[in-house]
Order: sequence, then C-alpha cells, then structure tokens
Amino acid sequence: MSVRDKDNLTGYKEKSAELLRKQRVAVGDTITIKTSENEFTGILMTRYESADKNHIVIKLRSGYNVGIGTDKVRSITKLTDPTRDVPDAPATKNVAFVDSFKQGSKEFKISQSINQNFRSKEQPKIALLGTGGTIASKVDYRTGGVSAALSASEIYASVPELENYASIEPEVLLNEYSENLKPADWTIIAHKIKEKVASGKYQGIIVSHGTDTMHYTAAALSFALQNLPIPVVLVGAQRSSDRPSSDAALNLIGATIFAVRSELTGVFVSMHATTSDDVIACHLGTRVRKNHTSRRDAFESIDGVPIALIRGEILEMQLEQTGLKLKKRTNNTNGLLVGPEFDSRAVLLKYYPGFNPEFISHAVAAGYKAIILEGTGLGHVSKDCFPQIRNAVESGALVFMTSQCIWGRTRMTVYETGRDLLDIGVIPLSDMMAETATVKAMWALANSKDAKSTTKLMQENIANEMSMAIPI
Amino acid sequence: MAIDPVVINLKVGIEIHQQLATNCKLFCSCRSKEIEKYGATFVRKLRPTQSELGSYDPAALFEFKKMRTIKYYASAASSCLVEADEEPPHDVDSGSLETALIISLALHSDIGDELHVMRKFVIDGSNTGGFQRTILVANGGYLDVNEKRVKVQSICLEEDAAKLISDDGTIREYGLDRLGVPLVEIALEPVTGTPEEIMRIALSLGRLLRASKRVARGLGSIRQDVNISIDNGAVVEVKGVQRLDQLVKVIQYEMLRQHGLITIAQKLRNRKVVEKEIGDRIEDVTDILTKSPSKVVINALQENNSIFKAIRIRGFGGMIGFEPYPDIRIGKQLSELVRFYGLGGVFHSDELPRYGISSEEVQAIKNKLCIDAEMDAFVIVGGQNLKVDFAIEAIIQRLKMALNGVPPETRAATFDGKTVFSRPRPGAARMYPETDVPTIPINSSRIASLSEIVPKSMDDILNSLAKKYSLNKKLAEQIFDSDYFGIFEEIAGSVKEVRPTFIASKLTEDLINLERRGLDPAVISDEILFDVFKRLDNGTIAKESVISIFEKLMNKEAETVEEAKMALGITAISDQELDTAIEKILKENTPIIIEKRLGAIGILMGKSMALLRGRADGHKINSKLQQKLEYMLMKVNSSDTSPPASA
Ligand SMILES: [Zn+2]
Repeated sequence: MSVRDKDNLTGYKEKSAELLRKQRVAVGDTITIKTSENEFTGILMTRYESADKNHIVIKLRSGYNVGIGTDKVRSITKLTDPTRDVPDAPATKNVAFVDSFKQGSKEFKISQSINQNFRSKEQPKIALLGTGGTIASKVDYRTGGVSAALSASEIYASVPELENYASIEPEVLLNEYSENLKPADWTIIAHKIKEKVASGKYQGIIVSHGTDTMHYTAAALSFALQNLPIPVVLVGAQRSSDRPSSDAALNLIGATIFAVRSELTGVFVSMHATTSDDVIACHLGTRVRKNHTSRRDAFESIDGVPIALIRGEILEMQLEQTGLKLKKRTNNTNGLLVGPEFDSRAVLLKYYPGFNPEFISHAVAAGYKAIILEGTGLGHVSKDCFPQIRNAVESGALVFMTSQCIWGRTRMTVYETGRDLLDIGVIPLSDMMAETATVKAMWALANSKDAKSTTKLMQENIANEMSMAIPI
Repeated sequence: MAIDPVVINLKVGIEIHQQLATNCKLFCSCRSKEIEKYGATFVRKLRPTQSELGSYDPAALFEFKKMRTIKYYASAASSCLVEADEEPPHDVDSGSLETALIISLALHSDIGDELHVMRKFVIDGSNTGGFQRTILVANGGYLDVNEKRVKVQSICLEEDAAKLISDDGTIREYGLDRLGVPLVEIALEPVTGTPEEIMRIALSLGRLLRASKRVARGLGSIRQDVNISIDNGAVVEVKGVQRLDQLVKVIQYEMLRQHGLITIAQKLRNRKVVEKEIGDRIEDVTDILTKSPSKVVINALQENNSIFKAIRIRGFGGMIGFEPYPDIRIGKQLSELVRFYGLGGVFHSDELPRYGISSEEVQAIKNKLCIDAEMDAFVIVGGQNLKVDFAIEAIIQRLKMALNGVPPETRAATFDGKTVFSRPRPGAARMYPETDVPTIPINSSRIASLSEIVPKSMDDILNSLAKKYSLNKKLAEQIFDSDYFGIFEEIAGSVKEVRPTFIASKLTEDLINLERRGLDPAVISDEILFDVFKRLDNGTIAKESVISIFEKLMNKEAETVEEAKMALGITAISDQELDTAIEKILKENTPIIIEKRLGAIGILMGKSMALLRGRADGHKINSKLQQKLEYMLMKVNSSDTSPPASA
C-alpha cells in the first residue's frame, strides 16, 4: 500500500474537515464516531467534491456507507490496529484479481479457468493506447474509488480471453473524460499511432476511448492518418468496467479480433451491435455516430451497415453490403500519410425554426473560417439566413451544408431554397455526417494553404466520409 | 427424538424482506407488477471484475467458470431500459424511502443522517448489473414481542431481484418484472427460544409492517431468511422461507440436522479421524464402471468428457450413511453439495453395492484406492470432467468440515419445511457506492413529520378494527393477518346489507378450510370476491351459497361466479315468475295491507326475501313490491269509494 498523504481528506470541507483534522484522521483510516444516539465504527471514505460539508462518510463493517451529521458527532477516535478492531474490514486484504485462489491443495486461476490453450504460440502484437476510457478498471474496496487498470497484467486480469488472440502492449497516453478531449489531443493520438505503426511491430492498434466523443476522434484519425498499413480500432464502454455487466470486455475482445484478423485497414470503432452480449459491430471511423445516451448499442453506422460483425470468435466481414472501398492491410509502412494538425476555426451550427441568422455573422466576426450548417431535410435553412450567409461567403468564410436528418444525402437542387443557397455559395457535403464534416473542416483548414484548396479537400472523398451509393 | 432448543442453545436471527406496495420501482417509474407474458428478450454474460469474487470463494469462481449465458425476458408494462441495465438508475422512489423511514421509526431504529446507495455484488444473473442496489436506512432499535424485547440490527431499503424462470445448467432465464421492486430488509439480532416463539417474533414483525398499510401482501411479498445456530455449531443461513408454518418446520429441521452433524462429528473425533487423510487418494474409476448397468452411471457417462472418480476417505467407514436422526446423514449432505456443481449426486461405500453397482465393482474400486480396513470409506462422483474436479475439491472440504460438525453454509428452504444446500457461505459482501445516484440527506424535520404517521401498536390496531367493523377480537386478528385484509376493507365499505363479520369469517375460516382440503385459493381473485359479495348484497344469491360458489371455483368446476351459480342450480327467476310470486304474497297479506297501508312494506319485504332470497335481486323485489303495493292500495281505495260500504 502506498504511503498516504498525511492530510488526505478528499472532498471534506469546513466543519467536517476540521473535525477530522483535529483527530489526525485520513481517508482510509478505521475510526469510531460517537454521536448523541449511537456509535459507528468503520473506514473513513472520500467525499465527492460536490457533496455537502455537513456529513462524514464511513464504510461500516457490513460494507454499507453511511453519512453522519457533523452536528451530531460527539467524538472521533482513530483505531490503531484496524485489523483487530474490524475483522471483516473490506479490502484490508486487498487480494488482486490475478492472485491464485487457494482451495484445498489446488490452486485455481481465473485466467486458467477460461481457456487452457494460450501461450502455446507466439501471438500477434497489438498496441493498446489508453486515452481515458476505463476499458479496464479496478475498484478499491477500501475507499470505493475506481481507477483505470492499464498495465498489461491488469488488462489480462480483467479480460483473460485476450491472451487467446493477441499479445497486448498497453500504454497510457491521455487520461481524460472524452468530453474534455480537444483537437490538440487528436494530434497527440495521431502522432503516437504513427510512431507505433512505424515500428512495424504491431498487427493492429487499439485506442481505448470515452464514448461521448469517440466518433469525433475516429473521424479525426481517419483524416490525420491515411493509407494506414494496419487497422486502428477505437473501443469504449457504455457500462463502466467496474461492474460485472460491463460491455467493455466484449468490446475489447471484438476490437482485438478485428485488429488481428481483418484484411482491411483504416480507422474503426468497435462496440456492441445489440443490447445482448453476443455480437460486436465494427464501424468505419467516418461513418459512425453515438445515437443513444446510454445503451450498449449506442454506436451505429450511418448510411450503411457495419464493416464487420464479430460473433463469438467469428469475424464476419460485410464490406460488400456497405458498397464502400477500403484499403487492404500491408507490410509496407512507408505509404502512411500523416497530417495530424487541426485548426479549430470551424463551427457547427444547427438550424432550427427560430434560428437567429446573426449566429452566422457572429461566427464570421469571431474569426471562424468554416461554417458547417446542419440544415433541415435535403440541406435547407430559412431564407431569412440568406443575407448573413451571403456576407459570410463574401468575407471569405466557407459555408458547408450537412443534414440534421442524420441518415441520407443532401441534395440542394430539388427545392428553390436549396438552389438559392447554392447560388449564394453554400457547398453541399453529400451524405457526410455533420460531426464528421466539422472534424474534417478543422483538418482541412490546417492542411491547406487557401480557401480554394480547403474546399477541394472538403469535397474530396478521403476516408469514405461520403458514400457513392447508400445501400437500400 | 425431540431436542430441547434451550439445552442446545438454539439461536435464530430473522431477516425479513418485505415488498412495498408502491406504484413504481425503486429506481425507475415502471410498475411493480408480476407479468406472465413477456415481449423482448436479450442475453448477457456477467463477468466479475477484480475482487468481486472475494479472496477465497471457490463457489463464485465455479459460477464464473461456467460462464453461463443469462437470458432476460422483459415486458414493456413492467420494465424499461433501467432494468435492462441500459440506462442509469433514476432517483430513489420517494414513497418507498418514506415507507422505510416510517418502519424504522416504528422499530425505534436510528435513521442515518445521510443515506448512501450501495452496490452489493451478486453475479448469478438475478440482477442485470451484476449487483443489487441497497441502502442502509437505520441501525439498531427493537421490537417488543410478548414482553420480550427483540433487538433490531439494521433496516435497509433495496431492490428485489429478477424472477428465475428456468435454469438448464447452461442458460439461465430470468423475468425482469420483479427486478427493482422496492423491498425493506429488516435484520433482527439472533434470539434464543423455541421455534414457535421465534415464529411469533416473525409474525409480530410482519403485522407491524402490514399495519403501515404500505407493504405488499400475498404469497411471495414477504420472505424470511433465517440464521440458525446451536451450541458447538456454526451459523447456517436459510433463505427463502415464505410462510410462518414453514418457518417453524425449517427451524425444527435445522435443529435436528445440526445436532445430528455434531453427533457425527463427535463419533468421528472419537475414532481419531485425521483431517489430512481425508481424500488422500483420488482415482479415476471410469474403467471399472463403464460396463455397469447402473442407470445413474450410464446417464452420467453420456455427457461429453465425462469421468468417474473415487475418493478415499480414511476413518469414515459406516459414518457417511449413519443417521443420528431419520434422513440426516453425511451422504445426503454430499449429494446436495455436488448438485451445486451441476452433478446428480454421489455414491458412497456405506450404501454400496446398490443402485446397479455390483459388489465386484465395489471391490475393484476399493482395490484401486488401496482400501482394506472396514474403517475406511470411499465416495464416487461422476459427470463432466471439469465439474467432477471442482466437486471433488468441495467434497473433501466438506468431509473435513464434518469433523467440526456444522459447516457454515447457505441453504434454501424447501416448500415442506426442510432445507437443502445451496452454496458455501460467501465471504463478506462486496459493496461499493452506486455513484449514479446522489446521496440522500435526511433532516430531522422530515423525521418529525413522519413520526405522526408511524403505525400504532398491534393492540390499538386490532381494537380499532374490531370497533369499526363490529368484529370480535379473534376475527379482527384473523382478517388482519390474512392475505384478504385489503379486499375485506374494500368489500365491507361497499356493501350495505352484508355484515362485516360475515365477510371476515368467509374470507378467513371458510376459505382456509377449503384450502386445507387441498383446493387452490389462487383462483379466488379480488374481482370474484367483489362479485360474490355484491350478489349477496343485492340478494341474487343466498348466504349459504357463498361457500358453495367458492368451492365450485376452487375445484375448477367453474370459472366465473355466474358459471358457479349455474353449476349449483341457483337460477334467477323470470320477471313473470317474480310478479306472480309478489302478487301471491300481497294477496296472502291483504289484512295487514289494509291495516298498515304503505307501512306494510317492511313486513312484505321480509316475507318476500324469505321466499325469494338467492333467486332475485333485492332491489328489484323492493321496487316491484312498492309498485304493486301502491297499485293495490289505489285499487282498494277506489273500490272503497264506489260501492258504498254495506254493513
Ligand atoms: Zn423500469
């Protein structure tokens, strides 16, 4: 156990912190609190930053946490020998998951229990880059805290089956909730992947990622890393890996099977295909969207089916059904094109009835170079916006059109509004998703010298962000 | 054979799980409703993370090893994404929390200042998340039962588990309708006493809960887990006791079983059995048994990778089959144990040759195990390789524990009041905070306002009940304890002519009598009860018919009250017949009519009902009578005036 901070009272404020400090108590200590009516013995727990200052939380011998009002506290005593005073104190014997389970004379290992046939041959190597999604995590029963498990042994401990498919080399790159990731972080990830690819050691690369913005990162990497010789698979979990029902392990297994066996390369997202723990879907990085706040199967391929399904151990490729063309895996790492920079002067504006056209002018005034409109239907916004759009175009900003329908292609020649918008200079982006278009615009701005070449890049189908034919 | 519970120092701790009567579940707005028909299904696999398995819990390891698939059945009427573990839990249902607080106050328990929702890991699939959400609401407190004070340990508010539909060893199926239904769990300190005294504690606690009028009633809505121990033994947890008479039997059975095991342990110790010699030799005996005509052997060998292994047990000769009390023997404990590992049972040397295993085969096994002494025994177990290996470890462990008498374990109550092994006792519950739900501060003003609605004492409740419905105390007690209390109050409040005493006695004594005769009370729904008493109230059936109708329904001879009536030959008379009957009564009673005129209606109604009860609606009789009487009086009047009275 690590040496604890002498004043470790995480989350405790004012009176509660004072009370505890006076007794030289820290989180994790076993203490007895006497109140006017009762007496509680247990382990002092951390308090969430947002919680109030009027309670002290301890974990009782029964395992339950309870908050004791500071105004009721009569005394707090720290127990010197907690193992004796609290015989069942959870996690005083913090036995790691990989430890052998002794039973009678035999020793059992969880990893053994899953299969007996691994380690027999040299497994393909997979680099696993952690960016903050807790694809594997461990629970500290002492304090109730959850932390990411990202050492190789910890990952095998969580998902022992991985040893059947690959030798995983994990590396922690970032540690952020995905909503906190910025375009600069995409650059960091892209550089790291380039480095791993260039080493020629790996059969594939897996990036564990928080799910909220995973599809943005997937799109960003699709543009930043072209002609990838090996697949890059992003993977996350909709149910955190600290619960037995987590989808993390199966998603990771699916990602690994795909990364090892897929003949195709590119950037992909591997997540549950349904609510059941049976099929994992592998989506193309530019065509995937998180379409549900909480379900396991939140990620869906837009305007097409997933590139592959992983059913148990079986990898079912579905490229033909998608109508897309993907590059084949190669041993030659020289073809990799890297453009890892992003320029955040692109803005995504969603149109809605009552939308104030001045937002467009504000965006231009604020220095934005590309405006992605998420229009209605085939790619429309109210004619009230025309003057502002015209001003934007005339001032040199690029205005692109996508559809808020999510599924389907824009077509601005069908109705008068669309035709007028085209005349003003709005550039339609076919069936590119609004999110992908925004990311692509940031990338295109950073990787072109003028507006003309930016536009050209935007209209060019670089990573299947636009499809020629949407399957029925 | 009777054992004095005082002499052996019987100690029983009761833990009651009571479903609450709420309109929604603890962490979502779905209705708490049992469903028979399901729509959607999905499959999941749970994988315990890190130390959820506990440090040394081979049972959990085995469960994990089987990696069974869990199939869930859901219905839109009773479950949503929350139950499917596809949406974070909503806030704790305030009504349920209030009930838990009221119950805590009624038990003089110390309510926590800030309540924390915890996750208690359960990896058998009965909870989609792999954990049960539970909140410690209050600590300590007491309940007075017959001048004895029983201490309360803790009161928790938790979610019920999913309903097990089936388990074929590889796929386990659960219905989600019950998952998340709010439960209050009350744990009492262990007490000494006779099984009957202990039952009365459970009864009193149950009554106190029902007195709050906020708990669900009916079979399955209340469940007792009991911790039972006797001197020189260990605590055995028995789960799933649903009825009080079953509770008494379970305690009696456990007293015998535990005392029997201690007796066996004493004998083994007298023999100086050495612990490390138990299971010191294990041999594969598949070869010996392959040609055996034994059905059990043949069946076991049909499975893939199946083997038979024999374990040498030094010093146990004659002790595995020894029964200090009828049916209490180590052999039976072992068979129950291996069922946990998915095997059918064991053979042991004390019962062989038998079951199609010949004495030659027994001898061959003995030879292979190098058994020559009478004092040595063996146990054979067969089935799938992996299961057998796990089972052998467990058997050896169990036999070693036999030297100490009672192993600490979790057992399940059977319907007939016995117990069977269900799993080794798990280590301390693994819990950590449910971070998706904020903590709940409980301020003193909230408690003060709830103090006013804390249920009264049982005596007060029964007295007011007796007074309100003019019941005697015994009947008041019976109806209050019965599953029909709620419907009794509804019926008694809606009928006019039927006395509550009559309703209460039909719903208690008479229905129980029919049930004792083996008839199924489940068919008597609230709707049927309403229907019957409504008909009684308006006179279309007679008092005497009530029980006959119940009997027809419970016998499955009729599905509706109407069918039961027909089957009993209770037929309503036609309007024409009714007219004739009433006219006849009027005619017969002309003198009274002339004397009392409209005032005769009461007497006439009485006479009519005496004749027509059970065959015609009272209201109908009354209105026809009224009408015909008025008409008759009018006619009498007119005849009075026209022909002058000739004296
Ligand atoms: Zn629900």
